[in-house]
Amino acid sequence: MSRKQKKHEIKERSAKKPARRSFLKKLWLGLGIVAVLEFAGVVVAYLLPHRRSSEKRELGALVEAGLVERFPLNSVTAFVRGKFYLCRLEDGGFLAVSRKCTHLGCTVPWLDKAQKFACPCHGSAFDIRGEVASAPAPRALDIFPLIIENRMVKVDTSKPIKRSGFRPEQVVYPKKA
Amino acid sequence: MILHFRPRTVAERTLRFTLTWGLGGMAVVLILLLFGTGILMKFTYQPFPDKAYASILHLQRDVLFGQFVRNIHHWSGNILLIVVFLHFLRVFFTGAFHPPRQFNWVIGLFLFLAVLMSSFTGYLLPWDQLSFWAVTICTGMLEYIPGVGLWLQRLIRGGSEVGASTLSNFYAIHTAVLPAALILLMPFHFWRVRKAGGLVVPRAPQEDPGTTGDRVPGIPNLLLREVVTALVLIALVLMMSVYFNAPLEGKANPGLSPNPTKAPWYFMGFQEILLHLHPFITLCVIPALIALVLLSTPYVRYPSRTAGVWFASATGRRSARDAAAFALVATPLGILLDEYIVEFAAWMPGLAPAIRNGLFPLIGVLSVCFGAYVVLKRKHGTDKMESIQMIFVFCLTAFIILTMTGIWLRGPGMRLSLPWM
Repeated sequence: MSRKQKKHEIKERSAKKPARRSFLKKLWLGLGIVAVLEFAGVVVAYLLPHRRSSEKRELGALVEAGLVERFPLNSVTAFVRGKFYLCRLEDGGFLAVSRKCTHLGCTVPWLDKAQKFACPCHGSAFDIRGEVASAPAPRALDIFPLIIENRMVKVDTSKPIKRSGFRPEQVVYPKKA
Repeated sequence: MILHFRPRTVAERTLRFTLTWGLGGMAVVLILLLFGTGILMKFTYQPFPDKAYASILHLQRDVLFGQFVRNIHHWSGNILLIVVFLHFLRVFFTGAFHPPRQFNWVIGLFLFLAVLMSSFTGYLLPWDQLSFWAVTICTGMLEYIPGVGLWLQRLIRGGSEVGASTLSNFYAIHTAVLPAALILLMPFHFWRVRKAGGLVVPRAPQEDPGTTGDRVPGIPNLLLREVVTALVLIALVLMMSVYFNAPLEGKANPGLSPNPTKAPWYFMGFQEILLHLHPFITLCVIPALIALVLLSTPYVRYPSRTAGVWFASATGRRSARDAAAFALVATPLGILLDEYIVEFAAWMPGLAPAIRNGLFPLIGVLSVCFGAYVVLKRKHGTDKMESIQMIFVFCLTAFIILTMTGIWLRGPGMRLSLPWM
């Protein structure tokens, strides 16, 4: 081995040492970041709404609205506890419309005279089917699943259904007696 | 110990009241008042939906000086928002964000955010109609952030709707998280001021950037001025609290939105934009742009040193004035145009709302503004700093007009109306 080669080897070794050191440093840093992320994860998981309580709510979420005959054609009935409106269209079909404006979540009252839901917050309006009649609301009011058993209208208030607009298949019709 | 907190000597020129207007010191005084009265109210307040409102009533009726303490907290909080906003403007317009103060500008922005969030979280605590619905619509805005919006909304509300969990979340944030953040950030902010060698030294546009002037001892020169400002401010807050009660409406009723329902006044500018543009643009694009521009402003390279000169230069003063005048005319015109003439929804019924009510109006507004910008830039021959300042002044003026419109000119159904009619 010549002198030059030896020198070269020593140089390489001394170059390797800092490489190992910097690798370890990076390892520490990486582990540190992982630890911080874990703590952050724990905090977020702690703060997230609990799943159990929402399940409990779902059990009692089926609201019996009333017999079909109770609701005249082209009428809107408010259900305060269920947070929805039961709308009976002119053709006799039913629709359970959420009272929550799709713009920012205000409660929309039904105006009987004007025949529309008018949001007091930003002036959105919806027709009896929940369809947007004037902006700024970006989509139609949510609806709730609705079934009619033995002429009794039942609404499942646990699962609001988002929709972009009104479609005829959303309406539920009572069986002809 | 407390006296050591302040600098031993200060540049005589920085003592001029018209440099700082005493705004930083005022903010400290108000925050101390808020801490004091906040701690007092913690003894009677109960953060539960069925008890919160009653505990406020109890505080006001039965507790000696209860109403007074709540009034001080209310007025200090509202004045604080104005004071920190003016402080932010002062720092911008005297160029006090240029190096070596660039990082302190960033800390200041976070402090501003903390103050804003403090005020907003405190807004819900009385649990009256005003607070319930303002918080409902403001947290409703989160829904329009793509991807994480809904998740974030559930996290903050502690459920899908504003309720008991929301109240306990806001209570914890208002009385623990944000005060802690303020207590950590404020000394950092002050330390950076001293690290930069004190405040920016004010000078006339033609003076040499290196001018510093004489230094004088901090005691009594600085201390005396701070104490006088603090005492006058405290007297003002106490007077307001004696004569004007903090508002309290009926207990929150989730089934009935009052008409009109408005956000807290400092968010009215955004609520006003919301009436005109699609929520995605207003609540996602615009705030992101604002944050980006404000955070990067001190890190841009500028052609000349303008720190210490009000409005950067003589050209800067003229161009800023023109930008403000343009905004003063264009903003009300834009509002009226959208309210009474433009009907994008009727003209283009087939298009998606995000494009129809979001993209098109935005392009329209931006192209008018860009045209005005080019004209003003040519007329004054502004450099980079002066151009950024023009944009800043325009946005600022427009935002103030939008906020005032939202507060005073929006009546039932959020239609334009005059407050005395």
